[in-house]
Amino acid sequence: MILQANGRPAEAGGASADGSSLSAEARARLLGDTARQVRRSIVGMIDAAKAGHIGGDLSVTDILTTLYFSVLRIDPANPEWAERDRFILSKGHCAAALYSVLAQRGFIDPDLLQTFMKPLSVLNGHPNRRKVAGVEANTGPLGHGLPIGVGSAIASKLSGSGWRTFVVLGDGELQEGSNWEAAMAAGHRGLDNLVAIVDRNRLQQGARTEDTNRLDPLADKWTAFGWDTVEIDGHDYDALYEAFTAPHPGKPRCVIANTTKGKGVSFIEDRVEWHHKVPSPEQVVLALQELS
Amino acid sequence: MNAPAPSPAASPAPAAKFDCRVAFAETLIELARTDPRIVAICNDSVGSSNLNAFRDAFPDRLINVGIAEQNMVGVAAGLANGGFVPFVCAAAPFLTGRATEQIKADVAYNGYHVVLCGMSPGMAYGELGPTHHSIEDLSWMRAITGLPIVVPADPEQTSAAVRWAVESGGPSYLRIGRTKVPSVSKADAFAIGRADVLRDGTDVTLIATGVMVSRALEAADDLAGKGISARVLNIATIRPLDEDAILAAARETGAIVTVEEAMVEGGLGAAVAAVVVRHHPVPMRILGVPGFAPTGSAEFLLEHFGLDRAGIVGAALELKG
Repeated sequence: MILQANGRPAEAGGASADGSSLSAEARARLLGDTARQVRRSIVGMIDAAKAGHIGGDLSVTDILTTLYFSVLRIDPANPEWAERDRFILSKGHCAAALYSVLAQRGFIDPDLLQTFMKPLSVLNGHPNRRKVAGVEANTGPLGHGLPIGVGSAIASKLSGSGWRTFVVLGDGELQEGSNWEAAMAAGHRGLDNLVAIVDRNRLQQGARTEDTNRLDPLADKWTAFGWDTVEIDGHDYDALYEAFTAPHPGKPRCVIANTTKGKGVSFIEDRVEWHHKVPSPEQVVLALQELS
Repeated sequence: MNAPAPSPAASPAPAAKFDCRVAFAETLIELARTDPRIVAICNDSVGSSNLNAFRDAFPDRLINVGIAEQNMVGVAAGLANGGFVPFVCAAAPFLTGRATEQIKADVAYNGYHVVLCGMSPGMAYGELGPTHHSIEDLSWMRAITGLPIVVPADPEQTSAAVRWAVESGGPSYLRIGRTKVPSVSKADAFAIGRADVLRDGTDVTLIATGVMVSRALEAADDLAGKGISARVLNIATIRPLDEDAILAAARETGAIVTVEEAMVEGGLGAAVAAVVVRHHPVPMRILGVPGFAPTGSAEFLLEHFGLDRAGIVGAALELKG
């Protein structure tokens, strides 16, 4: 029997990808190979669109890949399956990363990716659930994903269904107060079916987070709001898998995933100007070489 | 039902008046007994949203997120994602003002079946002042596409609007009055997108919504005494708008006065004017609230701004004089 990340058996109608049944070593290999494809896809999409948010896309890639290929209980053939785990990308500007993962996972046609941000494409610069299978919420304005995730987690409890809800937040996004309204509510309700993941790359659009509006001590903040908080390397597949799957009874979990903005492309990594800069054709070649 | 007698000479006993929050809560509880999808969510407003009985009947289905309107609306979207039909109940100024972007993005743009219930709108909070008045909500909500806007005029319409909102399958904004009103609607109280002629007339049409409908009926009585035949049109759904009824009024009476307990910019009057200007221009007066109010009770402020039978009569006489 294949045990899901949350300990439930895989059942007809929904399953995570094979990653959940593999040895840690094999799982890391699968996730690493997949993430490399996702990163190459992101670079190609942004090159074709001449627009996008490449830095954040690359920092969140390993988080998304781990979720979609080893943790989430979802069914690409039945994206509206009522019992599915919910995933919400609160940092909706990193839609290229989400679309690439959804294509890799079988939710959308990979050929669609080249239409990213083209006129009338279903792949808008921010995701639209009414147009793209597998998207749970139309995000874009920051500070919206976690409240929706709290509602989804309450719905799971009320219905007795047991699905889990995962929300990925940018770190700069945490400057929006609505996140803390939601964090307070989730802590108060002890939503142990909810996981918030902070893509902690320490950069926001214009500068470093700590130079703009300080977030640290970030783990202490979440803990003070009643969350079971862990801090990990956001590019370490074993650590991500463990953080997403270990139980957190009586409390919501916050995973502060320390990441590198632009991860995987040396000249983009940890540089503020690459928030939404578009690589030149020469830089695209270099980037794809580094990601080969 | 209880349409006032048309004779200006009659002086009937004052009609009983009702707080529409009562019909709202009673209907919600009735529906929730057979529809387990229905939940209520509020911002520490259990009492002011009249949800005490709902909480007693369904303690697990009353979700009070505390004083946090942005989270409240987002949580409602998440509940809808999970198959529930949330009724978001909060004082109208805070629901529509504090959480405007959540209403736009999380509810309307997502198309989630969330029922936004703006409680105690207009000048209902009287002496508490402009921070607590909700005179902007109609303008703000009209600017959000894909969001039906319903303003019941009485308990019967309130109850019918709640039933419609559950069946609609999509988002909506209901303006649930606290200021007491008499029953004015007909037996078939409400249909989405339908305006109701409560009294026919040929010289001018008084188009009113919500609290103002009964006052428009009173004004029509007074106008009849002055030899002016006033039609009274109750528009309970600002969106979708009954353009046919508006254009019939323009063609058949040649003059329109709109009356609303909301800002004169962007609400019912603006919606009606856009239809009239495009298809059949006629003289109009738009009655509403011109700006931040001074201190006073709801009743005082409505009178202060001419939102009473005398003010409506005056506007009609201006057009017909």
